[in-house]
Amino acid sequence: MLDLLARSRSHEYEGIARRDFLKSACLLAAAAVGMPSELAARMVQEVEAGRKPTVIWLSFQECTGCTETLLRTSSPQLDELLLDLINLAYHETLLAAAGHQAEAARMAAIEEYAGEYIMVVDGSIPTADNGIYCMIGGKTALEIIEETAPNAAALIAIGSCSAWGGIPSSPPNPTGAVGLNEIITDRPVVTIPGCPPNPYNFLGTVLQYATLGTLPELDEKGRPTFAYGRTIHEHCPRRAHFDAGRFAQRYGDAGHRLGWCLYELGCKGPSTYANCSVQHFNDVPDAWPIGIGHPCYGCTEEDIAFKVPLHATTEINDPTPPRIFPPITPDRPGISPLATGVAGAVLGGAAGAAIMASNKLSDDDAEADDGSGSARTEG
Amino acid sequence: MTRTPDLRSPEHAAGAETRVPGPIVTPVFMALGVVAAVGMAIVAWRFIFGIGSVTALNDGYPWGIWIAFDVVVGTAIACGGYAMAIVVYVFNKGRYHSLVRSAILTAGLGYSLAGFAVVIDLGRFWNMWKLPIYFWNWHLTSILLEVALCIMLYSLVVWIELAPAFLQKAREEGRGRWREIGERWTPRIEKALPWLIALGVLLPTMHQSSLGSLMLLAGPKMHALWFTPFLPLLFLLTAFSIGFAGVVLEATLSSRAFGRQPPTELLRGLAKPTGWVMLAWVAIRLGDLAVSGNLGAVTAFDGMSWLFLFEMALFSVAGVGLLNPRWTRSHRKLVRLSLVAVFAGGLYRISVFLIAYNPGRGYSYFPAVTEILVTAGLVATEVMLFIVLVKTFPILHGEAAAIPRRTSSPSATPQEA
Amino acid sequence: MTLDRRTMLKTLAAGASAVLASPSAAGASSDPVEAPEDAVGLLFDPTLCIGCQACVHACREVNGVPYDEDDELHYNNTDLSANCRNIIKLYRDDSGEESEVRETYMKMQCMHCIDPACASACMLGSFQKRIGGAITWDPSKCVGCRYCQIACPFGVPQFDWDSPTPNLVKCELCAHRLEDGLEPGCTDVCPREAVIFGRRDDLLAEAHRRIEAEPEKYQNHVYGEFEAGGTQCLYLAPHDITFQDMGLPNLEDRGVPRLPETLQHTIYKGFAAPTLLYAVLGVTIWKNRKENEKADASRDGESGTTSYAERNDGGAS
Repeated sequence: MLDLLARSRSHEYEGIARRDFLKSACLLAAAAVGMPSELAARMVQEVEAGRKPTVIWLSFQECTGCTETLLRTSSPQLDELLLDLINLAYHETLLAAAGHQAEAARMAAIEEYAGEYIMVVDGSIPTADNGIYCMIGGKTALEIIEETAPNAAALIAIGSCSAWGGIPSSPPNPTGAVGLNEIITDRPVVTIPGCPPNPYNFLGTVLQYATLGTLPELDEKGRPTFAYGRTIHEHCPRRAHFDAGRFAQRYGDAGHRLGWCLYELGCKGPSTYANCSVQHFNDVPDAWPIGIGHPCYGCTEEDIAFKVPLHATTEINDPTPPRIFPPITPDRPGISPLATGVAGAVLGGAAGAAIMASNKLSDDDAEADDGSGSARTEG
Repeated sequence: MTRTPDLRSPEHAAGAETRVPGPIVTPVFMALGVVAAVGMAIVAWRFIFGIGSVTALNDGYPWGIWIAFDVVVGTAIACGGYAMAIVVYVFNKGRYHSLVRSAILTAGLGYSLAGFAVVIDLGRFWNMWKLPIYFWNWHLTSILLEVALCIMLYSLVVWIELAPAFLQKAREEGRGRWREIGERWTPRIEKALPWLIALGVLLPTMHQSSLGSLMLLAGPKMHALWFTPFLPLLFLLTAFSIGFAGVVLEATLSSRAFGRQPPTELLRGLAKPTGWVMLAWVAIRLGDLAVSGNLGAVTAFDGMSWLFLFEMALFSVAGVGLLNPRWTRSHRKLVRLSLVAVFAGGLYRISVFLIAYNPGRGYSYFPAVTEILVTAGLVATEVMLFIVLVKTFPILHGEAAAIPRRTSSPSATPQEA
Repeated sequence: MTLDRRTMLKTLAAGASAVLASPSAAGASSDPVEAPEDAVGLLFDPTLCIGCQACVHACREVNGVPYDEDDELHYNNTDLSANCRNIIKLYRDDSGEESEVRETYMKMQCMHCIDPACASACMLGSFQKRIGGAITWDPSKCVGCRYCQIACPFGVPQFDWDSPTPNLVKCELCAHRLEDGLEPGCTDVCPREAVIFGRRDDLLAEAHRRIEAEPEKYQNHVYGEFEAGGTQCLYLAPHDITFQDMGLPNLEDRGVPRLPETLQHTIYKGFAAPTLLYAVLGVTIWKNRKENEKADASRDGESGTTSYAERNDGGAS
């Protein structure tokens, strides 16, 4: 496979200096994962100096989707990644070797790059019956992990399966499938859930480690917060429709065609932490579930994916009502000072006029102003 | 009847009521006309652009000064006619009769203007005719229905009660057909008068008390110091106090304005019932609060408590003052006390409708400038009509008892308003 | 003229005023009003509401309220209004620590009281309980007096202040849909069934069932069961938020119109008191006139024309 890729690459980029090519590849990669461009230069330096990070990629109960997702990147393209940016020492799909040779390559890499390599795992790990439900080269997944993990500098679990168990772990979970962080509990395991995850979430993590030697900030589940810190609901392009109460009720109805919110069709966006809404797939704009009119199905979330029915509505985690909700007692316009002034003037004027007018009246009975002598006392 | 009918009927004596001479249009009249015109212009605006365009009314305070002042306080001032009718015709104190016609005129004008205020305040006034006609739709639990029908009927009755004045002019000054009408209708009306006057006493008793009952329906939104099942009685009492005091003011003002002698002695006689009514009002309010256990709110010394104490003070001072012969001996003090009485009663009624009423949810209300101008315009119109009518018809009493009687010729001594 | 008649008149007048104006506890009007047989309503459970405002949108659609011209996307209502019969409000108390923020959504619309103050107030019966006990507005009978707004303890009826031909607007429980056997728009569309429709009895039972099933989740009270004589729109509240926080007033169990209706009924029962008073007044005034005429006639020969005031000063009656 590798030689195939090598041939295609040289054919495409005939005549361009390798260094320039590397630089542009690194720039694009850095940009794609949000790293400052000056780090791209460091990336190039590292790469040129031959200090490419070594990756041992273990695959267990997986569908190869997580590898496929990596194929769908353009910056860097997979061949650039594999040939120029990292040293892929072991990968069951992409390795040229096979069988005992492949296993031998893994064991050699474990020794040669001890303490340096990144161990990436996709697919869940079966634990039932001593883990016999996934065996490669006569060894169970558990045994392979035992061999490979101790010398790894960093552990990354890519995909929901290795993050928390994924599809194989759906009830009744006959194989006892679990994620990597349940096998390895004494070290941080970076998890990149998703089914498949966005490749840039993985690439960003790997390239940061490769360049800076550090892992990105992780949440309590080991997920990089730059990708999994917010729910889809919080940065969904259809959020305005949700806020305004406009929902598609059926596929193809008027609301659906107008791009209204898919919450009532069962969108799990409000309880799903991921960045699909801002980082689309296949580098094609709107190539993500909601973008094409299908509700999010929460593929990153252990509580939701493959458990909660697709079209069942979900709870809203941590509702953050927008400012358009009025309070119970709204603010209202106050009292006009002009009106108060006018009313005061009118009342005061009337009172003043009345008092002044009444000054003209007699104050004393003796000078009764009617001049009448016939005033009778009242009965 | 061979004798001039007016000599024998208890309603008036010959030559006692005369037309006020002089031109109708005077500087005062024109000034009033300007105010009235401004008011009417704003009313026209209201009919084109809706009530919200000229008022500060809102869904929390749907009733404002057009109801609370123009109707509720305005009709109370107009209750001078009601109060005088009781004094003169029920209790047969004939010496006060000279005050009756102008009091009834004030009543007629006051109620008619209140009716006009209602028309401009009603949002869907075009359905208004259904109120008296569609009796099969009458929703008898509605206190407002009773108020509306009573006021409509009373307005009619009052103008009929004034008919003798118009008929007198027709007889004395009219020619041909008018004279005929005057002579034919005077005895008919006079025959019916006791029954009309009885209606004119019954109807205000009903609707003035019901004006108080109106706010009983807003119970949950009313402040404890004003909300009481005695509201109808309290409103009836203020109808009397404001009515009597209003007569004092109106008689003083119009007699001075038209150069006639004010009937001071008679006005002093009205002070006593006014005073008693006001003190009764104080007693009932305090007593009711004591019995219902809400006296504590009186000494809360928040805004509402101060308002309550202020009302109590006004009523007490006016009530005591009006009962004090040493004070009422002075015409000036009598008039000022009457001013206080009217202000106190008016303040109380406005308190009940607008201040003790609190709809919550952040609403507040103060009349808009245009709202105030409409009210001012209506009052100006009322005064203008008063001037026109007393200068056209024999309504005001011509002289006090001892002044040499003028002839019945209305053009004797031209006097200016 | 004699002291007797004077006393009698005064007593009668006093008595009449007292009857006319004093409160009375007696009378059938003080009996509580029962819910109609077909009473239907809503149950709003704020613990389920997510503030999606689908109900607000559905209410507009179902009632044919046009979009605000200037504001196609957002409804800028801060309260019920002439173009908003149903609104979602937010109660939020963040005065404490961040973990102690209390908040809930609140749906506000007409409560469809069993003993409605608005209907009691309405002069020609425009607001009345009709199908299912829903209170609807009949424009042909409304004069726009707005007494209903004064009467309603929940501040529900809204007036078209900016129109020369104003309406009184409020939720009518989608009576036009009830007639077709459909649910109200808001309950039909709610994605979380936070507001549900049903017979009042069933809703009450459901509300109590929820409280029993999860007592730590709710206040132990169903608002509208008894308040103001009972309402057909019922509310639950989260355990840490009071009904008053949510904007529902603290009302006693007696129907709002009971006091004024009892008072009026007592005073005007069969119109007896007014008729009696009228008769007494009429007779008195007529008799007074007769006596005055007699007195005039006897004095007439003595002094010629004199003013009536002179003839009748002081001691008259």
